[in-house]
Amino acid sequence: MVTLTINGEPREIDANPDMPLLWVLRDELKMTGTKFGCGVASCGACTVHIDGEPTRSCQALIGDLEGANVTTIEAIDTPAAKAIQAAWVELQVPQCGYCQSGQIMSASALLTATPKPTDDDIDAAMEGNLCRCATYARIRRAIHRAAEIMEA
Amino acid sequence: MLHYLNASLPTPQPTRRAFLKLSAGAVGGLLIGAVIPHKGLANTASGAVATPFVHITPDNRVIVLSKHLDKGQGTATGLATLVAEELDAAAEQVEVEFAPSNPEVYKNLLFGVQGTGGSTAMANSFDQYRQAGAVVRAMIVAAAASEWGLPASEITITNGVVSGGSNSATLGALSALAAAQEPPTDVTLKSPQDWVYIGKGFPRVELPMKTRGSVGLFGMDVQPDGGLVAVTARPPRFGATLASVDATEALALDGVEAVLEIPQGVVVIASNTWIAMQGRDALTLDWVEGSGETRGTDALLAEFRASLDEPGLPSHPRGDAAAKLAQAAQVVEAEYVFPYLAHAPMEPLDMTVLYDGQSATFWGGSQIQTVDHGTAAAVLGLEFPQITINTRWGGGSFGRRATPDGHLTAEAAMIGKAWLDAGNAARPIKLVYSREDDIRGGYYRPMAVHRVRAGLDAEGNISGWEHRVVSQSIFTGTAFESFTVKDGVDHSTVEGISDTTYAIPDMHVDVHHPAVGVPTLWWRSVGHTHTAYVMETMMDELAVAAGRDPIEFRLAYLTGDARLAGVLQLAAEKAGAAGPEGTHRGIAVHKSFNSYVAEIADVRLRDDGTVKVEKVTCGVDCGVPINPDNITAQVEGALGYGLSAILREEITMVDGEVEQANFPDYTPLRITDMPEVEVHIVRSDAAPTGIGEPGTPPIGPAVANAVFRATGTRIRELPFTRHGLA
Ligand code: FES
Ligand code: FES
Repeated sequence: MVTLTINGEPREIDANPDMPLLWVLRDELKMTGTKFGCGVASCGACTVHIDGEPTRSCQALIGDLEGANVTTIEAIDTPAAKAIQAAWVELQVPQCGYCQSGQIMSASALLTATPKPTDDDIDAAMEGNLCRCATYARIRRAIHRAAEIMEA
Repeated sequence: MLHYLNASLPTPQPTRRAFLKLSAGAVGGLLIGAVIPHKGLANTASGAVATPFVHITPDNRVIVLSKHLDKGQGTATGLATLVAEELDAAAEQVEVEFAPSNPEVYKNLLFGVQGTGGSTAMANSFDQYRQAGAVVRAMIVAAAASEWGLPASEITITNGVVSGGSNSATLGALSALAAAQEPPTDVTLKSPQDWVYIGKGFPRVELPMKTRGSVGLFGMDVQPDGGLVAVTARPPRFGATLASVDATEALALDGVEAVLEIPQGVVVIASNTWIAMQGRDALTLDWVEGSGETRGTDALLAEFRASLDEPGLPSHPRGDAAAKLAQAAQVVEAEYVFPYLAHAPMEPLDMTVLYDGQSATFWGGSQIQTVDHGTAAAVLGLEFPQITINTRWGGGSFGRRATPDGHLTAEAAMIGKAWLDAGNAARPIKLVYSREDDIRGGYYRPMAVHRVRAGLDAEGNISGWEHRVVSQSIFTGTAFESFTVKDGVDHSTVEGISDTTYAIPDMHVDVHHPAVGVPTLWWRSVGHTHTAYVMETMMDELAVAAGRDPIEFRLAYLTGDARLAGVLQLAAEKAGAAGPEGTHRGIAVHKSFNSYVAEIADVRLRDDGTVKVEKVTCGVDCGVPINPDNITAQVEGALGYGLSAILREEITMVDGEVEQANFPDYTPLRITDMPEVEVHIVRSDAAPTGIGEPGTPPIGPAVANAVFRATGTRIRELPFTRHGLA
């Protein structure tokens, strides 16, 4: 039994300790906002925040998360996340949208840590998030736009 | 995909009578159920207008039923735009749901079956969905006129508000009365100068949801009560057969419910996706030695290359290419190699099935609903009305979710049946592909080799063009064979070559279609993925050999194709004389899916010799630009997808076994390689044509032509990783 906090709520999880958090969220708790893209830390679709850090939930084993504080796309509401979500709609970023939960989780963490990111900062923070629809040009613009929204 | 029909058939016009018959239903008024035998349609709450394509609810929502799958290309919003335009609805009140599977009502007018592909969605729906909006509008107007005692001519609708005299009401407030109105037998569509949305903009209907986790949108996220997950262990080589399986260890795992054998492989069913995958890893499988396709890609390439020396089946030969080449002042000759490519949509394939012996329900990103429906019926021995297909938003497709054999639905159906046959109670089962299943699962863009011999006369004009292609046929042996295969030639292998609009009078194109046991499929822009690369790098090479400017050289051969010339000139003008300092420029222009795209790439070489595409300037003509921002987005994405392929993507096989497995070794484009993209759209008034795919073909040759200017090397074997360029 692992006790942790998910989106502000205390949860007790009874699962194989080797089960990745991704599958606890998706299949045990039926929280499907966090996506499965590769299972090997190579696409970023499964990104959540664990204790504020963007983390690939497909690699975070539930047995290692005793006491952890997990935030997923369903509940993220930091000022950075709100600015990112607003900029994402304003610039019409998503196409299929399947990667976008992960993109938004990564971009929100970037903006919280670095409120005025450069293009190099964006490359470094977002390189692990694949978008097969190649919405990258808009992602870059929308992160800059979100920085403006936050400043205002 | 099936855009080939565009060329051979007149623009389809649903007969007005048939269309209006199908539009005539309203809950509580005319019963649509009587006209369209499908339970999905009669389901709206009473008081709602419920035509096959548009519902208006009393709480003032306008629901557009999309007959097309939206897998990111924006079609749902496109259809919503057409309805909202004629209905004069407010953008905020418009929602989209996917239509039920019913080919009679929801067929793609260019396919004859319900399905999405070949960049045909807007082309075939442009009149149909505008008419659907106009019919509903007329019913609302009639309702307001009778309610307020005014002539219909005094009723107006603006931004979702109905007004007449001193009265006003929402669409929703009038829906119950409107539902009781006789639908008109004739409607007049707006003139283009009155459009408020078409050509201007309409926000993507689902984007707010897609920034909050897309909860409930995708097939992968279907989580019905009591649902189980299935993963299949498939053969290591295409077509290999199972010798034996030992499932003892798998069945011992907590959460594994069953291990079932079906023709596709061995299925592990569990309560959780991860447990199902663990169970699959625990299987001991033996495959029949030497069964299936055992050739590797090196062996296949050698065979393909050997075929280049043998005459193939001709495709639209004209003039006398051999004679012209014999007289040519110089001849440029080149061979090209294109690898197999995986589509790798971000949402791996999935399909959920609930089968109870009498009926079956499916949930997933069905792209050719009629094929999936028919496949399920055949596998399960059911009639069409016993099967429901619930289409979900697709997490990308690029062609992968449209399979002419419906293999995914067939597999899900077989799993549902095997589960029931094993004595279990019916439960929803979601068949899930892992990324490894996806990358190794075939249905690839076929490998292709080309050989071209093109001559120039003493004045630097083209003098004869011989072109041979060796590639598997995508369409032969499928239900769609008759669309592209004629006299043994699958036109999708040579599209963009033998039907080029460059005025080349002496051209001989021929083709070999080798039989290979690797399943192939249309991949965003189909044959154009390789034919445009060859045509546009070859035109560049000829221009250089002739000492002519590459734009002027192309324009000289485009006198018969003003729209293709137009986008090239537009892109050239917008790109200016040269790119940023230190960049090299390459251009390409190509027509596909009846749309015209020119791309001008400004490319830098990094210190390590790899290619960085800095900027791409595009000229686009896809007829009436229904939603310009979505056209821009599609061209951005399509060229990113094409760039991804030429830089680093390839599927290789050793002794028939695929070497790549997941994104660490099948490596799509990341943000660090995405260029800045500028898209310039021609304000055409021609009928709208496709935009999901046409942005893909020109990027490869544009970049390759720039690389030639930077390095002096012509890249003729893809991807660029083979040359240290990526
Ligand atoms: S699913 Fe975790 S990184 Fe791809
Ligand atoms: S929006 Fe489709 S994968 Fe990113």
